[in-house]
Amino acid sequence: MTRRPQQTATTAEPVSGDAAHRRELLREMVRVRRFEERCVELYSAAKIRGFLHLYIGEEAVAVGVCQALTPADSIVSTYREHGHALARGVGMDSLMAEMYGKVTGCSGGRGGSMHLFDVSHRFYGGNAIVGGGLPLAAGLALADRMRGTSGVTACFFGDGAVAEGEFHECMNLAALWDLPLLFCCENNLYAMGTALDRAQAETDLAARAGSYGMVAWAVDGMDVIAVEHAARRGAGAVRAGGGPHFLELRTYRFRAHSMYDPDRYRDKSEVERWKTRDPIDALAAQLKQHNEITDDDLEAIENEIAAEITDAIEAAEAAAIEPVEDLTRFVYSPRPS
Amino acid sequence: MTARAAASGAGARPATARTTKAAEASAAGSGQQVTYREAMREALREALIRDERVFIMGEDIGRYGGCYAVTLGLLEEFGPGRIRDTPLSESAFVGAGIGAALAGMRPIVEIMTVNFSLLALDQILNNAATLLHMSGGQLNVPLVIRMTTGAGRQVAAQHSHSLEGWYAHIPGLRIVAPATLADARGMLWTALEDPDPVLIFEHGALYNMPGLLDPAAGPADIDTAAVRRPGRDLTIVAYGGTLAKALTAADQLSADGVAAEVIDLRTLRPLDDATILESVRRTHRVVIVDEGWRSGSLSAEVCARITEQAFYDLDAPVERVCTAEVPIPYAQHLEEAALPQPAGIVAAARRAAG
Repeated sequence: MTRRPQQTATTAEPVSGDAAHRRELLREMVRVRRFEERCVELYSAAKIRGFLHLYIGEEAVAVGVCQALTPADSIVSTYREHGHALARGVGMDSLMAEMYGKVTGCSGGRGGSMHLFDVSHRFYGGNAIVGGGLPLAAGLALADRMRGTSGVTACFFGDGAVAEGEFHECMNLAALWDLPLLFCCENNLYAMGTALDRAQAETDLAARAGSYGMVAWAVDGMDVIAVEHAARRGAGAVRAGGGPHFLELRTYRFRAHSMYDPDRYRDKSEVERWKTRDPIDALAAQLKQHNEITDDDLEAIENEIAAEITDAIEAAEAAAIEPVEDLTRFVYSPRPS
Repeated sequence: MTARAAASGAGARPATARTTKAAEASAAGSGQQVTYREAMREALREALIRDERVFIMGEDIGRYGGCYAVTLGLLEEFGPGRIRDTPLSESAFVGAGIGAALAGMRPIVEIMTVNFSLLALDQILNNAATLLHMSGGQLNVPLVIRMTTGAGRQVAAQHSHSLEGWYAHIPGLRIVAPATLADARGMLWTALEDPDPVLIFEHGALYNMPGLLDPAAGPADIDTAAVRRPGRDLTIVAYGGTLAKALTAADQLSADGVAAEVIDLRTLRPLDDATILESVRRTHRVVIVDEGWRSGSLSAEVCARITEQAFYDLDAPVERVCTAEVPIPYAQHLEEAALPQPAGIVAAARRAAG
């Protein structure tokens, strides 16, 4: 097998789409942001419990990557996956109901924020074991490869996963078996409270991925158009039989790790500095500069999203809970008697 | 003997005694002479032939032929696409089996020994056993994992443990332990048809076990325990590698006029309480044999269920014969001393029989 050296993105291919597409990218990012902001309020009101890991600041990654995927592709995600699920098309109603623990939730109330599943969108969850989703993604990709389909599996994980053995086992296996896998490493610089350079001897994650013989490069994860461009290039190459590809998406989480995190491990000034690169503000400014969006358009987007969220909350409030008698359903499948 | 035991009609033949086709074939002197290894290999071959979604992956299963030679020859017959040698990456290839199962394949993953399976425990517990429930019933994991378990071959403390009881603790998994040729031949296909993950524990000391197997032996159920030897005086519960020792002990007891019934658990999760309890209610005395350590073991679970559900049927305390609570040692005499042996089972049976 030919070993592929690490490459950097040098040839710019045009991102498909026009101003309408760019407005849609903005809309999707705003939708993820506003959904989570409402989730924070609902958490404070004790409507949502458990762990709640916010994606705020990282929206360009999920929205950009999902542009490159078809309905036949698969996604494996992490415990910070509201953005991935929404960008993939999982219904906001079913997401919100899951946050509420209702039976109408996408996991029937058994998963919660960290375990969103939707087979109809080939969204294989919400894995709360760091690195634990990578072997699943390898298996989904293996099935596609054995069947000769054109499916690509996009596997999201954070920089923290790079410290796990499962990461290295899967990078090797994917490259060894030429699996159709797009590794999407969301490098937000912190594994919970541990900074990348306090956990990793080599902090150039794309370079480390390249050492496994797969094409890997770093992307500005705060620029949704750059992310979409990279994802299209990566997914296209994977789909064409080029073996696994690795994107290091350099991003930043504006909020704390979870609702329990007092955020003592990083300077406020660092957070503020990254906020000046807010992916939503950046794209909105770019669209305005090129007269591709008006304030009225922005207001309309906000209003539509607010209505969608309100509807989702009302539906979740009204939804039934799983009867306790059904507690042990889905531990085993029904067996023919 | 207590009045209750006398009143229950001791000596009645077990109404639910199950015998296998192989046992029948063996009793009739018919069938083919095979080993447990060959029976397992034939089961794998049949699965690969019958269902194109089936493939096998694991360490050294292909070119090497399998660390216990179970998969010998399959690479040549089915090719590297379906007989996949993996790197030494238990977590990755077990997890890849789960992912492929989610996508509708029927993977069989081989792990060299149960000790190595701990490197994949995250995938087995946090994904295979959990995804169906955590996804609200959306994700089935029709995966079969085979692994070797048990001691008796002087391979010391990192290749000899019996940890199937740990796995039997986990809701969402089905755990089976074929102890006979018919089960080695027949449990795999049934496991592959199960929509949920099934772990097959093959005791390493059984691979060379010879016997007669009906060439037409078909699938075996993975729900029930089996009475391997009927008896009226006491019940010996065993499984996997301890079944033969229990049967040997029963022979010795028989010479002393004690008729021991021997139950092979076969499926360790979910346990077939009914077969155990039916026997205990007839014999009123129980010895449980388990190659796992006593503390927190499968034997403890069986004991608890008997005392919960048949306490007033017991005429003596439940006896257990387990592995000594040490890491399995290398030296032969120490290893033998650490493991359940027929003499220990006989002694326990005599205590139980009063």
